[in-house]
Order: sequence, then structure tokens, then C-alpha cells
Amino acid sequence: MSIKINILTKSLWAYHAATSPCNNCDIEILDVFTPRHDVERFGIVLAGSVRHADVLVVTGVPNFKTKERLKKLYAQAARPCFVVAVGGCACGRIMFRDSYNSPCAVDEVIPVDVYIPGCPPKPEAIIAGIVKLIDKIKGKK
Amino acid sequence: MDVLFSYLVFPGFLFSASAGLFAGWIDRKLTARIQYRVGPPWYQNFVDILKLCYKETVVPYAGSRAAFLLSPIAGFLSMILVVSILGRAIQSPLESFAGDLIVVTYLLIIPALAVIIGASSSNNPFASIGASREMKLILGYELPFVLAMAVVVIKSHGALNLGAIINRQIAFGPHIASFSGALAFVVALLCIQAKLCLVPFDMSEAEQEIMAGALVEYSGFPLAVIKLTKALLLYALPVLLISLFWVNNLNLPSLIVKYFLILLAIILIKNTNPRLRIDQAMKFFWGPVSFLAVLSVVLALIGL
Ligand code: SF4
Repeated sequence: MSIKINILTKSLWAYHAATSPCNNCDIEILDVFTPRHDVERFGIVLAGSVRHADVLVVTGVPNFKTKERLKKLYAQAARPCFVVAVGGCACGRIMFRDSYNSPCAVDEVIPVDVYIPGCPPKPEAIIAGIVKLIDKIKGKK
Repeated sequence: MDVLFSYLVFPGFLFSASAGLFAGWIDRKLTARIQYRVGPPWYQNFVDILKLCYKETVVPYAGSRAAFLLSPIAGFLSMILVVSILGRAIQSPLESFAGDLIVVTYLLIIPALAVIIGASSSNNPFASIGASREMKLILGYELPFVLAMAVVVIKSHGALNLGAIINRQIAFGPHIASFSGALAFVVALLCIQAKLCLVPFDMSEAEQEIMAGALVEYSGFPLAVIKLTKALLLYALPVLLISLFWVNNLNLPSLIVKYFLILLAIILIKNTNPRLRIDQAMKFFWGPVSFLAVLSVVLALIGL
């Protein structure tokens, strides 16, 4: 395993992209940074700007407006940038599948690396998802 | 050879940057403990810098490429010069050249100017808000900071070089022990909080309102350089304060303890205050802080 990948997985900066969620998932994501779960232990911090981000944490079902924003955000991020879809909405649009204002799911706009289902997923599930992401970056099964 | 060594290795870049990154870790760890969290491991800041070096560097299409990429490096190089001058002055006070205090004061502004130039050349609205706030903040803290240094100069009978100031304090006791010196020390402590861009004076990088503010467009290597510059500042400013106000002797343990005490004060101020608005910060620096600074100059002139 190269040192580059090792370093990258020890310092993942997350950018929180909310593409019209119901806000529950966002609160659960913020929970991950609170004293109980504290992912800063593993070097994960929230980045203010997408240029600093290594991981794009996407929540919600893209609508006609946020779809374009999401595409732009992904294009603006500095490579390598990974995408994590948090919540049933971002994973597969759940009950919004047939909605008039839901043109597509997240993975039809940008490539998604890890899916974290749940409505909303628990913080433990999100951490488990991040562990999967790290394993994926390292090329493990 | 000797000059290069002291510029690049000790007490220049390599040593100071490691010390600054380590101090940055202490900051993060203590902040985490204050918030009942565990906090990152000790190598976290080093890993962050290395990772940023590996990442892609994005240059905004509408911005000015040269200014955007070169300004962080200008700030970085000037900070290395500051830490080398400071380190040499502490290593061998008799060798320091006349007027190096003035040189250091000037060089310490350059990182802030570099951030302003880089932010304005990135053509991003958030960055320009950050740059304008940084500019106002410089106008705010530079006056009391220079006045606090003037107190030191007056108290050491017009000596303008760091070595002479250090020697005088070793001979006649530290400046902080006197009335005017203590006041000036408090003023300088507040000013370096603003120079370091830490809460309550971090409005130029206010993450919650203007994303990353002045740094919003930076990525990859230039961002790593900016982070290193900040680490160097975190090392250099407390050391500058120590050498100006608080030297009894030059043995290493006492210097380290003093450094940690000042760092602790900075971290506690950071963690117990909310961010000020830029107008409040200006009022704060031009009002009470400048008043205290002038008062300490007057006290120093009448010999207290
Ligand atoms: S997955 Fe559930 S909790 Fe999350 S945004 Fe969608 S509806 Fe809200």
C-alpha cells in the first residue's frame, strides 16, 4: 500500500453537500462530530470550502436546481475526491422516486463511492460507512 | 552554508515548522478536551500537510494565476526569515544585527498581506469579503502592536535589536515584571491572537458565514503552504513575545515552559470567546486596546 493512500485515509476532510434533504440526515452527520462519536480522532474534519474537501458527503434527493449545483460542486473539488451518499434519499430516492420535482438520484449525477442507507442513518452507521470508504480507498475488499 | 542551515533547518524552517505544527496539535487536542472530545493524534497536522501536497491544485479560471499561486509562497518565505532571525537572536544574543526588531515587525505583516493578495486575485466573492475583513483587522491591531513594541524599546533604552533587548532583560530582570511591561504584554497578547487569525478575531476565515473566507479557492500545495505559514506564526509570535517581555535566562526548559503558558493563554482565549463582528473588533482594538497601549507607553516614559 502506497504511503500516499495511507496519508489520505488518515486525514479525510469532508464537505457537506445538502441537495434538498429533509435535514434529518444533516443533523445525524453533525452528530458524528460531537463528543459522543468525535471523528476528529481519525482526522476527519468538516471543510468550509469544497476546494479543501476529500469527501463529498451528499444528503437528500437532487431536484432540478440542486442537481446542477451538485454537478458543479463535484467538478470544483480537488482530486482525489470521493463521494458518500448518506440516507435513503441520496442512495435511491425512496418515496420521492415518482415525485414531480425529482429528476434523478445522486448516483445518476456523480459517481458515488459508498452508500449509507437509513432514514436517517445512525451516526454509528455513518462511521461504519466511512470505514468502508477507507477500506475501498486502500483497495481492500 | 551556515546561513543556509539556519534558514532551512535550525532554527529556521524545519525546526520551526515542526514546532508550529506540534503546537497546532496541542491547540486541537486541548480544544477537543475542553469540548469533552478525544481529539486527533499527535501526528495529525503533519499528515494534513502531506496530504495537501499530494492533492490537485485548482486555479480559478477567472483569477490571476501568478498572484494566486505566488502570494502564499511570499508569505511563507518571509515567515521563515522571521523564525530564523528570532532563533538566531535567542541562540546568540550578541550576534543579532541592529534594527532586527523593525525587520521582524515588517516581515510579520507580510503573511497577512499575502493572504489578502491571494484572496483578491482568486476572484471569489467570499474570498474578497475575507480579504476586506483581514485588511481592516490589520489596520486595527497593527497600531497597538507597534505601541507595545515601543514600550519594550523605551524600557531597554532605545535598543532596537532583539539581542540587546534580551541581554538587558537578563541583566536587569524581565520587562513583564514592571507595570508598563505587563500592560504592554497583555496588549501584545491580544494582538497576536488577531495576527494568528484565531477566535474571537477569525472573521476573515469565518467558516460558518463565508465558508473558508480568504482561503476558499485554495487547494492542494498552496493550501499546504498557507497552513505551514500559520504553523510558523503559531511558533514565532509567542517566541517573539517571550524574547521581548519575558526572558530571565536563556536555558531551554524555562523557555519551553513560557512558550506553553502563552500557548495555553491563546487557546483558552480562543475557546471561551465567540467570534466578534469586524466592526466590534475594530472598536475593540482602536478603543480599549489602543488606550492600554498608549497608557503603557506613557508609564514606560515616566519609568514605571
Ligand atoms: S433519508 Fe430520510 S432523513 Fe435523510 S434526508 Fe431523506 S427523508 Fe430525510
